Amino acid sequence: MVEFTLPKNSKITQGKTWPRAPKAGEETEFHIYRWNPDDGQNPRVDAYYVDRHDCGPMVLDALIWIKNNIDPTLTFRRSCREGVCGSCAMNIDGTNTLACTKAIDDNKAPVRIYPLPHQPVVKDLVPDLKNFYAQYASIEPWLHTVTPTPEKEWRQSHEDRSKLDGMYECILCACCSTSCPSYWWNSERYLGPAALLQANRWVQDSRDEATGERLDGLEDPFRLYRCHTILNCSKACPKGLNPAKEIATLKKALVDRQL
Amino acid sequence: MSRAPQMRTPMRRVRGLGAAHSGTGHFWHQRVTSAAGVVLTIALVVIAISLLGRNHAAAVQILGSSPVAVIMLLFIINSAYHMWIGMQEIILDYVHEDKLKLLALMANTFFVVAVAAAACFAILKLSFGV
Repeated sequence: MVEFTLPKNSKITQGKTWPRAPKAGEETEFHIYRWNPDDGQNPRVDAYYVDRHDCGPMVLDALIWIKNNIDPTLTFRRSCREGVCGSCAMNIDGTNTLACTKAIDDNKAPVRIYPLPHQPVVKDLVPDLKNFYAQYASIEPWLHTVTPTPEKEWRQSHEDRSKLDGMYECILCACCSTSCPSYWWNSERYLGPAALLQANRWVQDSRDEATGERLDGLEDPFRLYRCHTILNCSKACPKGLNPAKEIATLKKALVDRQL
Repeated sequence: MSRAPQMRTPMRRVRGLGAAHSGTGHFWHQRVTSAAGVVLTIALVVIAISLLGRNHAAAVQILGSSPVAVIMLLFIINSAYHMWIGMQEIILDYVHEDKLKLLALMANTFFVVAVAAAACFAILKLSFGV
């Protein structure tokens, strides 16, 4: 059966409150999930106070400030700091989003930060996304053709190109998939909203010649049909995309080819 | 997350046994039976209202009349099929242990068939008056 409670060794305990910075002006309190694979302890939630006069406006700025000024052991992924790379996806104030594009002031204080839900944790805010990436690779996200490659390029009309709008922008941050209850319960067999949005990106690509084979690979009670239109994916997407709509498009294509 | 042997690659686990090449039928039938259910439920409500305050003999006469009996049978069959698919979806969502899942899926089928058969039998008995 599905596990509705956390396993014993994942139960979260109260952590420590880290000392405030001396001479801090305006402060914001952060409650951050901590787990170290090496110390044999259960996860805990630590409290930090961030000096807002010394820190940028975004949640990622606060995390970097904490790492630089209070606790260098705090572990999280980050790279581009402008919502393009998807590295700093985490659960902030109850919603999966990117720390770099989420303003501190848009959250209730204390700002609660956890890793992406229902994935194994590597350390602190770093989830293990091996399964997620394998699912993306499994939909074969590249052009499949049988026609000999043209000398110059595969051509596409402006109209056909516009059909990829709303899909090509996906940065694979995993905010959508890890917000989906269906993905929580069946994350190994259900592909999840991100991989399905990417699958539809190739199904809709006018240059791709393997549309039927792609749909064959998705036609499965688990891979595609675990989607029950819960719409957490569309609510969570920090890029404002609508994975649920793209999944509905896939389902429609599968019905269309039977009628 | 995974209870599968960790020496398998993530791709091996994701690809698993491959796609079942099914599911679209149930997806489509669930929508068709929903649409049919809207019309049939309205008809059922009308029939139920017409039964209000009648005595047993009058109720038997209404439910046994051909158009009402046909609507009732359609409602039962449509709802039973809709319920069967819906419950199967829930079992696939939440029950992961193979034996328990198989048992639950079988129990779902038996329950739906038994309920539908009993309900259809009741309508036919009223209709044919045997």
